[in-house]
Amino acid sequence: MIKTEHLCKRYPALTAVADLSFEVRPGEVLGFLGPNGAGKTTTMRMLAGFITPTSGHASICGHDIESETLAARQCLGYLPEGAPSYGEMRVSSFLDFVAELRRLDRSRKRARLDYVIERLQLASVLDQTIETLSKGFRRRVGLAQAIMHDPPALILDEPTDGLDPNQKHEVRALINEMAREKIIIISTHILEEVDAVCTRAIIIARGRIVADDTPLQLATRSRYHNAVSLQLESREKLEAVRAAVAALAQVAAVEVSEREARLTALPRAGAQILQEISELTRRQGLQLKELHLEAGRLDEVFRTITT
Amino acid sequence: MRNVALILRREFASYFATPLAYVFILIFLVLSNAFTFYVGDFYQRGQADLRPFFMFHPWLYLFLIPALTMKLWAEERKSGSIELLMTLPVKVWEAVVGKFLAAWLFTAIALALTFPIWITVNYLGSPDNGVIFASYLGSLLLAGGFLAIGSCMSALTRNQVVAFILGVVACFVLLLAGYPLVLDAFQGWAPQTLINAVASLSLLTHFQSITRGVLEARDVLYFAMLIGFFLFTTVVAIDLRKAD
Repeated sequence: MIKTEHLCKRYPALTAVADLSFEVRPGEVLGFLGPNGAGKTTTMRMLAGFITPTSGHASICGHDIESETLAARQCLGYLPEGAPSYGEMRVSSFLDFVAELRRLDRSRKRARLDYVIERLQLASVLDQTIETLSKGFRRRVGLAQAIMHDPPALILDEPTDGLDPNQKHEVRALINEMAREKIIIISTHILEEVDAVCTRAIIIARGRIVADDTPLQLATRSRYHNAVSLQLESREKLEAVRAAVAALAQVAAVEVSEREARLTALPRAGAQILQEISELTRRQGLQLKELHLEAGRLDEVFRTITT
Repeated sequence: MRNVALILRREFASYFATPLAYVFILIFLVLSNAFTFYVGDFYQRGQADLRPFFMFHPWLYLFLIPALTMKLWAEERKSGSIELLMTLPVKVWEAVVGKFLAAWLFTAIALALTFPIWITVNYLGSPDNGVIFASYLGSLLLAGGFLAIGSCMSALTRNQVVAFILGVVACFVLLLAGYPLVLDAFQGWAPQTLINAVASLSLLTHFQSITRGVLEARDVLYFAMLIGFFLFTTVVAIDLRKAD
Protein backbone atom coordinates (compact mmCIF):
# COMPACT_ATOMS: atom_id res chain seq x y z
CA MET A 1 0.00 0.00 0.00
CA ILE A 2 1.12 3.55 -0.69
CA LYS A 3 -0.19 5.94 1.87
CA THR A 4 0.22 9.68 2.36
CA GLU A 5 -0.98 11.72 5.30
CA HIS A 6 -1.18 15.50 5.13
CA LEU A 7 1.83 15.60 2.82
CA CYS A 8 3.11 19.14 2.24
CA LYS A 9 5.97 20.66 0.32
CA ARG A 10 6.56 24.38 0.67
CA TYR A 11 9.23 26.45 -0.98
CA PRO A 12 9.99 30.01 0.08
CA ALA A 13 8.04 31.40 -2.85
CA LEU A 14 5.30 28.82 -3.29
CA THR A 15 3.43 25.89 -1.82
CA ALA A 16 3.90 23.06 -4.31
CA VAL A 17 1.89 20.44 -2.43
CA ALA A 18 -0.57 21.32 0.31
CA ASP A 19 -2.04 18.70 2.57
CA LEU A 20 -2.27 15.64 0.34
CA SER A 21 -3.76 12.50 1.89
CA PHE A 22 -4.61 9.34 -0.03
CA GLU A 23 -4.12 5.59 -0.05
CA VAL A 24 -3.47 3.28 -2.95
CA ARG A 25 -3.92 -0.48 -2.59
CA PRO A 26 -2.59 -3.42 -4.59
CA GLY A 27 -4.64 -3.89 -7.74
CA GLU A 28 -5.32 -0.19 -8.07
CA VAL A 29 -3.92 1.95 -10.86
CA LEU A 30 -4.11 5.52 -9.70
CA GLY A 31 -4.03 8.20 -12.37
CA PHE A 32 -2.57 11.42 -11.11
CA LEU A 33 -4.00 14.28 -13.11
CA GLY A 34 -3.64 17.99 -12.97
CA PRO A 35 -2.50 21.01 -14.94
CA ASN A 36 1.22 21.70 -15.26
CA GLY A 37 2.56 22.98 -11.97
CA ALA A 38 -0.25 21.40 -9.93
CA GLY A 39 2.21 19.42 -7.81
CA LYS A 40 2.11 16.00 -9.48
CA THR A 41 5.85 15.66 -9.99
CA THR A 42 6.64 17.12 -6.56
CA THR A 43 4.37 14.53 -4.93
CA MET A 44 5.94 11.69 -6.88
CA ARG A 45 9.44 12.90 -6.05
CA MET A 46 8.57 12.94 -2.37
CA LEU A 47 7.21 9.38 -2.54
CA ALA A 48 10.35 8.24 -4.37
CA GLY A 49 12.55 9.79 -1.67
CA PHE A 50 14.15 12.38 -3.91
CA ILE A 51 12.85 15.40 -2.03
CA THR A 52 11.91 15.66 1.62
CA PRO A 53 8.39 16.72 2.59
CA THR A 54 8.08 19.94 4.58
CA SER A 55 5.50 18.22 6.76
CA GLY A 56 3.27 15.17 6.76
CA HIS A 57 4.08 11.50 6.27
CA ALA A 58 4.10 8.95 3.51
CA SER A 59 4.88 5.26 3.40
CA ILE A 60 5.42 2.65 0.73
CA CYS A 61 4.50 -0.94 1.62
CA GLY A 62 4.60 0.07 5.28
CA HIS A 63 8.05 1.70 5.11
CA ASP A 64 8.15 5.37 6.01
CA ILE A 65 9.79 7.33 3.21
CA GLU A 66 11.91 9.36 5.62
CA SER A 67 12.89 7.05 8.46
CA GLU A 68 13.16 3.87 6.35
CA THR A 69 14.05 5.43 3.07
CA LEU A 70 16.15 2.56 1.68
CA ALA A 71 13.53 -0.08 2.50
CA ALA A 72 10.86 2.12 0.90
CA ARG A 73 13.00 2.54 -2.23
CA GLN A 74 13.52 -1.23 -2.47
CA CYS A 75 9.75 -1.72 -2.75
CA LEU A 76 9.41 0.92 -5.40
CA GLY A 77 10.09 1.20 -9.09
CA TYR A 78 10.29 4.83 -10.17
CA LEU A 79 10.32 6.47 -13.55
CA PRO A 80 11.32 10.12 -13.06
CA GLU A 81 9.84 12.84 -15.25
CA GLY A 82 11.57 12.88 -18.63
CA ALA A 83 13.16 9.46 -17.97
CA PRO A 84 16.68 10.76 -17.22
CA SER A 85 19.59 8.34 -17.45
CA TYR A 86 23.27 8.24 -18.28
CA GLY A 87 23.58 9.32 -21.91
CA GLU A 88 27.06 7.96 -22.52
CA MET A 89 26.18 4.43 -21.34
CA ARG A 90 25.09 1.62 -23.57
CA VAL A 91 21.57 0.36 -22.93
CA SER A 92 22.86 -3.07 -21.92
CA SER A 93 25.38 -1.74 -19.38
CA PHE A 94 22.84 0.71 -18.00
CA LEU A 95 20.30 -2.04 -17.36
CA ASP A 96 23.03 -4.20 -15.89
CA PHE A 97 24.07 -1.34 -13.58
CA VAL A 98 20.50 -0.93 -12.32
CA ALA A 99 20.06 -4.70 -11.86
CA GLU A 100 23.27 -4.82 -9.80
CA LEU A 101 22.22 -1.89 -7.62
CA ARG A 102 18.88 -3.65 -7.13
CA ARG A 103 20.87 -6.63 -5.82
CA LEU A 104 19.38 -9.22 -8.11
CA ASP A 105 21.33 -12.46 -7.90
CA ARG A 106 22.83 -13.96 -11.03
CA SER A 107 20.00 -16.16 -12.29
CA ARG A 108 17.29 -13.69 -11.35
CA LYS A 109 19.20 -10.88 -13.00
CA ARG A 110 19.44 -12.88 -16.22
CA ALA A 111 15.72 -13.66 -16.07
CA ARG A 112 14.66 -10.09 -15.33
CA LEU A 113 16.96 -8.62 -17.98
CA ASP A 114 15.52 -11.01 -20.55
CA TYR A 115 12.01 -10.12 -19.43
CA VAL A 116 12.35 -6.34 -19.57
CA ILE A 117 14.29 -6.42 -22.85
CA GLU A 118 11.64 -8.60 -24.42
CA ARG A 119 8.68 -6.77 -22.91
CA LEU A 120 9.89 -3.28 -23.83
CA GLN A 121 11.39 -4.36 -27.16
CA LEU A 122 14.88 -3.14 -26.42
CA ALA A 123 16.79 -5.95 -28.09
CA SER A 124 17.62 -3.90 -31.19
CA VAL A 125 19.22 -1.02 -29.25
CA LEU A 126 21.17 -2.87 -26.54
CA ASP A 127 24.54 -1.85 -27.95
CA GLN A 128 23.60 1.78 -28.59
CA THR A 129 24.46 4.55 -26.19
CA ILE A 130 21.40 6.06 -24.56
CA GLU A 131 22.04 9.57 -25.91
CA THR A 132 21.66 8.28 -29.48
CA LEU A 133 18.21 6.81 -28.81
CA SER A 134 14.90 8.30 -29.90
CA LYS A 135 12.60 9.75 -27.26
CA GLY A 136 10.41 6.67 -27.34
CA PHE A 137 13.31 4.29 -26.75
CA ARG A 138 14.66 6.44 -23.92
CA ARG A 139 11.29 6.34 -22.23
CA ARG A 140 11.21 2.56 -22.59
CA VAL A 141 14.71 2.24 -21.15
CA GLY A 142 13.44 4.28 -18.18
CA LEU A 143 10.47 1.96 -17.81
CA ALA A 144 12.72 -1.10 -18.04
CA GLN A 145 14.83 0.34 -15.25
CA ALA A 146 11.73 0.96 -13.10
CA ILE A 147 10.34 -2.57 -13.34
CA MET A 148 13.74 -4.30 -13.25
CA HIS A 149 13.35 -5.74 -9.74
CA ASP A 150 9.64 -6.54 -10.11
CA PRO A 151 8.69 -4.13 -7.32
CA PRO A 152 5.33 -4.31 -5.50
CA ALA A 153 4.82 -0.57 -6.08
CA LEU A 154 5.40 1.53 -9.17
CA ILE A 155 5.41 5.29 -9.63
CA LEU A 156 5.62 6.39 -13.24
CA ASP A 157 5.80 10.07 -14.10
CA GLU A 158 4.31 10.43 -17.59
CA PRO A 159 5.19 6.93 -18.80
CA THR A 160 3.81 7.35 -22.33
CA ASP A 161 5.10 10.85 -23.05
CA GLY A 162 6.87 10.89 -26.41
CA LEU A 163 5.70 7.45 -27.50
CA ASP A 164 3.91 6.84 -30.78
CA PRO A 165 0.38 5.32 -30.70
CA ASN A 166 1.66 1.74 -31.06
CA GLN A 167 4.20 2.16 -28.29
CA LYS A 168 1.57 3.81 -26.09
CA HIS A 169 -0.65 0.82 -26.61
CA GLU A 170 2.21 -1.52 -25.66
CA VAL A 171 3.04 0.39 -22.48
CA ARG A 172 -0.62 0.53 -21.46
CA ALA A 173 -0.91 -3.19 -22.01
CA LEU A 174 2.16 -3.67 -19.82
CA ILE A 175 0.65 -1.50 -17.07
CA ASN A 176 -2.65 -3.37 -17.27
CA GLU A 177 -0.82 -6.66 -17.05
CA MET A 178 1.11 -5.58 -13.95
CA ALA A 179 -1.93 -3.92 -12.41
CA ARG A 180 -3.42 -7.07 -10.94
CA GLU A 181 -0.99 -7.49 -8.07
CA LYS A 182 0.85 -4.18 -7.96
CA ILE A 183 0.24 -0.73 -6.63
CA ILE A 184 0.66 1.69 -9.50
CA ILE A 185 0.58 5.47 -9.64
CA ILE A 186 0.95 7.16 -13.00
CA SER A 187 0.80 10.81 -13.85
CA THR A 188 -0.44 11.90 -17.21
CA HIS A 189 -1.87 14.74 -19.24
CA ILE A 190 -3.60 12.37 -21.60
CA LEU A 191 -7.14 11.79 -20.47
CA GLU A 192 -7.79 8.83 -22.75
CA GLU A 193 -5.00 7.13 -20.83
CA VAL A 194 -7.02 7.40 -17.64
CA ASP A 195 -9.85 5.50 -19.33
CA ALA A 196 -7.41 2.97 -20.76
CA VAL A 197 -5.47 2.01 -17.63
CA CYS A 198 -6.63 3.68 -14.43
CA THR A 199 -9.06 2.25 -11.93
CA ARG A 200 -9.07 5.51 -10.07
CA ALA A 201 -8.19 9.12 -10.77
CA ILE A 202 -7.07 11.89 -8.49
CA ILE A 203 -7.17 15.37 -9.93
CA ILE A 204 -4.98 17.90 -8.18
CA ALA A 205 -4.80 21.62 -8.69
CA ARG A 206 -2.59 24.08 -6.84
CA GLY A 207 -1.27 21.28 -4.64
CA ARG A 208 -4.66 20.07 -3.41
CA ILE A 209 -6.90 17.15 -4.29
CA VAL A 210 -9.97 18.46 -6.09
CA ALA A 211 -11.41 15.11 -7.17
CA ASP A 212 -10.80 11.46 -6.26
CA ASP A 213 -13.00 8.94 -8.03
CA THR A 214 -13.17 6.23 -10.66
CA PRO A 215 -12.90 7.51 -14.21
CA LEU A 216 -16.50 6.43 -14.81
CA GLN A 217 -17.82 8.35 -11.82
CA LEU A 218 -15.75 11.38 -12.78
CA ALA A 219 -17.30 11.33 -16.22
CA THR A 220 -20.78 11.52 -14.68
CA ARG A 221 -19.89 14.99 -13.44
CA SER A 222 -19.69 16.11 -17.02
CA ARG A 223 -22.43 18.17 -18.66
CA TYR A 224 -22.29 15.54 -21.35
CA HIS A 225 -23.15 12.67 -19.02
CA ASN A 226 -26.21 10.95 -20.57
CA ALA A 227 -26.22 13.45 -23.41
CA VAL A 228 -27.50 12.17 -26.72
CA SER A 229 -25.56 12.81 -29.87
CA LEU A 230 -27.08 12.30 -33.30
CA GLN A 231 -25.71 12.81 -36.77
CA LEU A 232 -28.04 13.45 -39.72
CA GLU A 233 -27.60 12.26 -43.29
CA SER A 234 -27.74 15.83 -44.59
CA ARG A 235 -27.65 19.36 -43.22
CA GLU A 236 -30.98 20.44 -44.68
CA LYS A 237 -33.16 19.51 -41.75
CA LEU A 238 -30.60 20.39 -39.10
CA GLU A 239 -32.29 23.58 -37.97
CA ALA A 240 -35.76 22.02 -37.83
CA VAL A 241 -34.51 19.03 -35.82
CA ARG A 242 -32.63 21.31 -33.47
CA ALA A 243 -35.81 23.22 -32.71
CA ALA A 244 -37.79 20.02 -32.18
CA VAL A 245 -35.18 18.53 -29.83
CA ALA A 246 -34.80 21.77 -27.89
CA ALA A 247 -38.56 21.81 -27.37
CA LEU A 248 -38.47 18.53 -25.42
CA ALA A 249 -39.13 19.11 -21.72
CA GLN A 250 -36.15 17.12 -20.43
CA VAL A 251 -33.58 18.71 -22.73
CA ALA A 252 -31.55 21.50 -21.16
CA ALA A 253 -29.61 22.65 -24.19
CA VAL A 254 -28.66 21.63 -27.70
CA GLU A 255 -25.25 22.03 -29.31
CA VAL A 256 -24.94 22.01 -33.06
CA SER A 257 -22.01 21.22 -35.32
CA GLU A 258 -22.90 22.45 -38.83
CA ARG A 259 -19.95 20.79 -40.51
CA GLU A 260 -20.77 17.29 -39.33
CA ALA A 261 -24.55 17.82 -39.30
CA ARG A 262 -24.46 16.74 -35.69
CA LEU A 263 -26.66 17.64 -32.72
CA THR A 264 -25.80 17.02 -29.10
CA ALA A 265 -28.71 17.28 -26.66
CA LEU A 266 -27.78 17.84 -23.03
CA PRO A 267 -30.28 16.52 -20.48
CA ARG A 268 -31.60 18.35 -17.43
CA ALA A 269 -30.04 17.09 -14.19
CA GLY A 270 -30.66 13.37 -13.75
CA ALA A 271 -32.95 13.06 -16.80
CA GLN A 272 -32.80 10.25 -19.38
CA ILE A 273 -33.50 11.58 -22.86
CA LEU A 274 -32.39 8.83 -25.24
CA GLN A 275 -35.86 7.26 -25.41
CA GLU A 276 -37.61 10.53 -26.19
CA ILE A 277 -35.14 11.53 -28.85
CA SER A 278 -35.15 8.20 -30.64
CA GLU A 279 -38.97 8.35 -30.71
CA LEU A 280 -38.79 11.87 -32.08
CA THR A 281 -36.50 10.82 -34.92
CA ARG A 282 -38.77 7.88 -35.75
CA ARG A 283 -41.86 10.13 -35.79
CA GLN A 284 -40.19 12.58 -38.13
CA GLY A 285 -38.77 9.79 -40.30
CA LEU A 286 -35.24 11.20 -40.11
CA GLN A 287 -32.30 9.51 -41.85
CA LEU A 288 -29.63 9.10 -39.17
CA LYS A 289 -25.98 8.21 -39.62
CA GLU A 290 -25.50 7.77 -35.94
CA LEU A 291 -27.27 8.03 -32.60
CA HIS A 292 -25.52 7.44 -29.32
CA LEU A 293 -25.56 8.06 -25.61
CA GLU A 294 -22.52 9.80 -24.14
CA ALA A 295 -20.96 8.66 -20.86
CA GLY A 296 -19.46 12.08 -20.22
CA ARG A 297 -16.30 13.83 -21.25
CA LEU A 298 -13.31 13.67 -18.92
CA ASP A 299 -11.53 16.58 -20.54
CA GLU A 300 -14.51 18.79 -19.86
CA VAL A 301 -14.68 17.64 -16.22
CA PHE A 302 -10.94 18.24 -15.94
CA ARG A 303 -11.28 21.78 -17.23
CA THR A 304 -14.22 22.59 -15.01
CA ILE A 305 -12.53 21.33 -11.84
CA THR A 306 -9.06 22.73 -12.37
CA THR A 307 -9.80 26.24 -13.58
CA MET B 1 30.78 -1.37 -0.07
CA ARG B 2 29.19 -3.18 -2.97
CA ASN B 3 27.35 -0.06 -4.08
CA VAL B 4 30.58 1.96 -3.88
CA ALA B 5 32.25 -0.57 -6.17
CA LEU B 6 29.32 -0.52 -8.61
CA ILE B 7 29.30 3.26 -8.81
CA LEU B 8 33.10 3.36 -9.11
CA ARG B 9 32.93 0.93 -12.03
CA ARG B 10 30.21 2.88 -13.83
CA GLU B 11 31.93 6.23 -13.35
CA PHE B 12 35.31 4.90 -14.38
CA ALA B 13 33.88 3.43 -17.58
CA SER B 14 32.16 6.75 -18.32
CA TYR B 15 35.53 8.53 -18.50
CA PHE B 16 36.50 6.31 -21.39
CA ALA B 17 33.13 6.61 -23.12
CA THR B 18 34.00 10.19 -24.08
CA PRO B 19 37.25 11.74 -25.37
CA LEU B 20 37.76 13.23 -21.89
CA ALA B 21 39.95 10.40 -20.64
CA TYR B 22 42.26 10.40 -23.63
CA VAL B 23 42.55 14.19 -23.78
CA PHE B 24 43.29 14.36 -20.08
CA ILE B 25 45.97 11.68 -20.16
CA LEU B 26 47.59 13.09 -23.26
CA ILE B 27 47.72 16.66 -21.98
CA PHE B 28 48.96 15.53 -18.59
CA LEU B 29 51.79 13.48 -20.09
CA VAL B 30 52.81 16.12 -22.61
CA LEU B 31 52.75 18.99 -20.13
CA SER B 32 54.44 17.17 -17.26
CA ASN B 33 57.29 16.14 -19.53
CA ALA B 34 57.53 19.49 -21.31
CA PHE B 35 57.78 21.32 -17.99
CA THR B 36 60.41 18.91 -16.73
CA PHE B 37 62.69 19.32 -19.70
CA TYR B 38 62.15 22.93 -20.71
CA VAL B 39 61.27 24.77 -17.54
CA GLY B 40 62.76 22.40 -14.99
CA ASP B 41 66.17 22.10 -16.68
CA PHE B 42 66.20 18.35 -16.26
CA TYR B 43 69.48 17.91 -18.21
CA GLN B 44 71.34 21.08 -17.30
CA ARG B 45 71.00 20.48 -13.58
CA GLY B 46 73.20 17.44 -13.97
CA GLN B 47 71.50 15.63 -11.11
CA ALA B 48 69.87 12.23 -11.31
CA ASP B 49 66.55 12.95 -9.58
CA LEU B 50 62.96 13.80 -10.52
CA ARG B 51 62.57 17.07 -8.59
CA PRO B 52 62.02 19.11 -11.75
CA PHE B 53 59.35 16.61 -12.69
CA PHE B 54 57.38 16.64 -9.43
CA MET B 55 57.69 20.35 -8.69
CA PHE B 56 55.24 21.17 -11.48
CA HIS B 57 52.59 18.65 -10.46
CA PRO B 58 50.68 21.03 -8.13
CA TRP B 59 50.39 23.57 -10.95
CA LEU B 60 49.33 21.02 -13.51
CA TYR B 61 46.76 19.56 -11.13
CA LEU B 62 45.48 23.02 -10.33
CA PHE B 63 43.85 23.20 -13.78
CA LEU B 64 43.56 19.59 -14.86
CA ILE B 65 41.90 18.16 -11.72
CA PRO B 66 39.01 20.67 -11.57
CA ALA B 67 38.47 19.92 -15.28
CA LEU B 68 38.09 16.28 -14.31
CA THR B 69 35.84 16.85 -11.30
CA MET B 70 33.60 19.61 -12.63
CA LYS B 71 31.19 17.10 -14.12
CA LEU B 72 31.04 14.74 -11.13
CA TRP B 73 27.81 16.18 -9.70
CA ALA B 74 27.04 19.22 -11.84
CA GLU B 75 26.37 16.98 -14.83
CA GLU B 76 24.12 14.65 -12.83
CA ARG B 77 22.11 17.67 -11.78
CA LYS B 78 21.94 19.14 -15.24
CA SER B 79 20.85 15.93 -16.97
CA GLY B 80 18.50 14.93 -14.15
CA SER B 81 20.19 11.56 -13.70
CA ILE B 82 20.75 12.51 -10.07
CA GLU B 83 17.03 11.85 -9.58
CA LEU B 84 17.50 8.34 -10.88
CA LEU B 85 20.62 7.67 -8.82
CA MET B 86 19.22 9.10 -5.60
CA THR B 87 15.98 7.13 -5.85
CA LEU B 88 17.78 3.83 -6.31
CA PRO B 89 18.67 2.09 -3.04
CA VAL B 90 22.00 3.91 -2.75
CA LYS B 91 23.18 6.02 0.16
CA VAL B 92 24.54 9.48 -0.64
CA TRP B 93 27.97 8.71 0.82
CA GLU B 94 28.26 5.58 -1.30
CA ALA B 95 27.71 7.61 -4.44
CA VAL B 96 30.10 10.37 -3.30
CA VAL B 97 32.88 7.93 -2.41
CA GLY B 98 32.33 5.82 -5.53
CA LYS B 99 32.62 8.83 -7.81
CA PHE B 100 35.66 10.15 -5.95
CA LEU B 101 37.47 6.81 -6.10
CA ALA B 102 36.74 6.48 -9.81
CA ALA B 103 38.32 9.88 -10.43
CA TRP B 104 41.27 9.03 -8.18
CA LEU B 105 41.85 5.71 -9.88
CA PHE B 106 41.80 7.52 -13.20
CA THR B 107 44.41 10.08 -12.11
CA ALA B 108 46.51 7.25 -10.67
CA ILE B 109 46.56 5.68 -14.12
CA ALA B 110 47.56 8.98 -15.75
CA LEU B 111 50.31 9.33 -13.14
CA ALA B 112 51.48 5.75 -13.63
CA LEU B 113 51.81 6.40 -17.35
CA THR B 114 54.64 8.84 -16.62
CA PHE B 115 56.86 5.83 -15.81
CA PRO B 116 59.21 6.35 -18.82
CA ILE B 117 60.72 9.34 -17.06
CA TRP B 118 61.54 7.16 -14.06
CA ILE B 119 63.24 4.69 -16.36
CA THR B 120 65.06 7.54 -18.12
CA VAL B 121 66.51 8.96 -14.95
CA ASN B 122 67.69 5.50 -13.89
CA TYR B 123 69.31 5.07 -17.29
CA LEU B 124 71.09 8.42 -17.03
CA GLY B 125 72.36 8.09 -13.48
CA SER B 126 71.64 6.44 -10.18
CA PRO B 127 68.85 8.36 -8.46
CA ASP B 128 67.44 7.68 -4.99
CA ASN B 129 64.46 5.54 -6.01
CA GLY B 130 63.02 5.74 -2.50
CA VAL B 131 62.60 9.48 -2.88
CA ILE B 132 61.03 9.04 -6.29
CA PHE B 133 58.59 6.46 -4.93
CA ALA B 134 57.64 8.76 -2.04
CA SER B 135 57.20 11.61 -4.51
CA TYR B 136 54.82 9.53 -6.59
CA LEU B 137 52.81 8.78 -3.46
CA GLY B 138 52.85 12.46 -2.55
CA SER B 139 51.66 13.41 -6.00
CA LEU B 140 48.84 10.86 -5.78
CA LEU B 141 47.81 12.21 -2.37
CA LEU B 142 47.87 15.76 -3.68
CA ALA B 143 45.69 14.70 -6.61
CA GLY B 144 43.31 13.06 -4.11
CA GLY B 145 43.07 16.29 -2.13
CA PHE B 146 42.33 18.31 -5.25
CA LEU B 147 39.76 15.75 -6.39
CA ALA B 148 37.91 15.92 -3.08
CA ILE B 149 37.84 19.72 -3.25
CA GLY B 150 36.66 19.57 -6.88
CA SER B 151 33.95 17.06 -6.01
CA CYS B 152 32.64 19.38 -3.32
CA MET B 153 32.58 22.37 -5.67
CA SER B 154 30.78 20.32 -8.32
CA ALA B 155 28.14 19.37 -5.75
CA LEU B 156 27.35 23.04 -5.14
CA THR B 157 26.17 23.87 -8.65
CA ARG B 158 24.53 22.50 -11.76
CA ASN B 159 26.79 24.54 -14.00
CA GLN B 160 30.05 22.81 -14.93
CA VAL B 161 31.91 26.03 -15.74
CA VAL B 162 31.05 27.43 -12.32
CA ALA B 163 32.18 24.14 -10.77
CA PHE B 164 35.50 24.40 -12.65
CA ILE B 165 36.19 27.97 -11.57
CA LEU B 166 35.21 27.34 -7.96
CA GLY B 167 37.42 24.26 -8.02
CA VAL B 168 40.47 26.12 -9.34
CA VAL B 169 40.07 28.94 -6.84
CA ALA B 170 39.54 26.63 -3.86
CA CYS B 171 42.53 24.49 -4.84
CA PHE B 172 44.68 27.56 -5.39
CA VAL B 173 43.87 29.04 -1.99
CA LEU B 174 44.59 25.77 -0.18
CA LEU B 175 47.71 25.19 -2.24
CA LEU B 176 49.23 28.49 -1.21
CA ALA B 177 47.76 28.72 2.30
CA GLY B 178 51.27 28.85 3.77
CA TYR B 179 52.46 31.65 1.52
CA PRO B 180 52.16 35.45 1.79
CA LEU B 181 49.65 35.54 -1.07
CA VAL B 182 47.07 33.94 1.23
CA LEU B 183 48.49 34.73 4.66
CA ASP B 184 48.61 38.50 4.02
CA ALA B 185 44.82 38.47 3.96
CA PHE B 186 44.92 37.41 7.63
CA GLN B 187 47.91 39.48 8.68
CA GLY B 188 47.16 42.39 10.97
CA TRP B 189 43.72 41.40 12.26
CA ALA B 190 43.79 37.69 12.95
CA PRO B 191 45.49 36.23 16.04
CA GLN B 192 48.80 34.48 15.42
CA THR B 193 47.33 31.07 16.26
CA LEU B 194 44.80 31.42 13.44
CA ILE B 195 47.52 32.49 11.02
CA ASN B 196 49.59 29.50 12.04
CA ALA B 197 46.58 27.25 11.63
CA VAL B 198 45.92 28.58 8.13
CA ALA B 199 49.58 28.24 7.22
CA SER B 200 49.59 24.62 8.36
CA LEU B 201 46.77 23.88 5.90
CA SER B 202 49.03 24.58 2.94
CA LEU B 203 48.89 21.75 0.45
CA LEU B 204 52.15 22.82 -1.10
CA THR B 205 54.08 22.66 2.17
CA HIS B 206 52.87 19.12 2.86
CA PHE B 207 53.46 18.03 -0.71
CA GLN B 208 57.00 19.40 -0.73
CA SER B 209 57.89 17.73 2.52
CA ILE B 210 56.85 14.39 1.01
CA THR B 211 58.75 14.96 -2.24
CA ARG B 212 61.91 15.59 -0.23
CA GLY B 213 61.69 11.89 0.49
CA VAL B 214 60.32 11.98 4.03
CA LEU B 215 57.01 10.21 4.13
CA GLU B 216 55.81 11.37 7.52
CA ALA B 217 52.61 10.23 9.19
CA ARG B 218 51.46 13.78 9.77
CA ASP B 219 51.62 14.63 6.05
CA VAL B 220 49.70 11.50 5.09
CA LEU B 221 47.23 12.21 7.88
CA TYR B 222 46.83 15.75 6.60
CA PHE B 223 45.85 14.54 3.14
CA ALA B 224 43.55 11.88 4.57
CA MET B 225 41.75 14.47 6.68
CA LEU B 226 41.55 16.92 3.81
CA ILE B 227 39.97 14.29 1.57
CA GLY B 228 37.66 13.16 4.36
CA PHE B 229 36.53 16.69 5.12
CA PHE B 230 35.71 17.63 1.54
CA LEU B 231 33.96 14.35 0.80
CA PHE B 232 31.87 14.83 3.92
CA THR B 233 31.01 18.33 2.76
CA THR B 234 30.04 16.90 -0.62
CA VAL B 235 27.65 14.46 1.08
CA VAL B 236 26.07 17.30 3.05
CA ALA B 237 25.75 19.49 -0.05
CA ILE B 238 24.10 16.70 -2.07
CA ASP B 239 21.83 15.73 0.80
CA LEU B 240 20.59 19.27 1.29
CA ARG B 241 20.17 20.34 -2.30
CA LYS B 242 19.94 17.30 -4.53
CA ALA B 243 16.69 18.43 -6.13
CA ASP B 244 17.70 22.04 -6.81
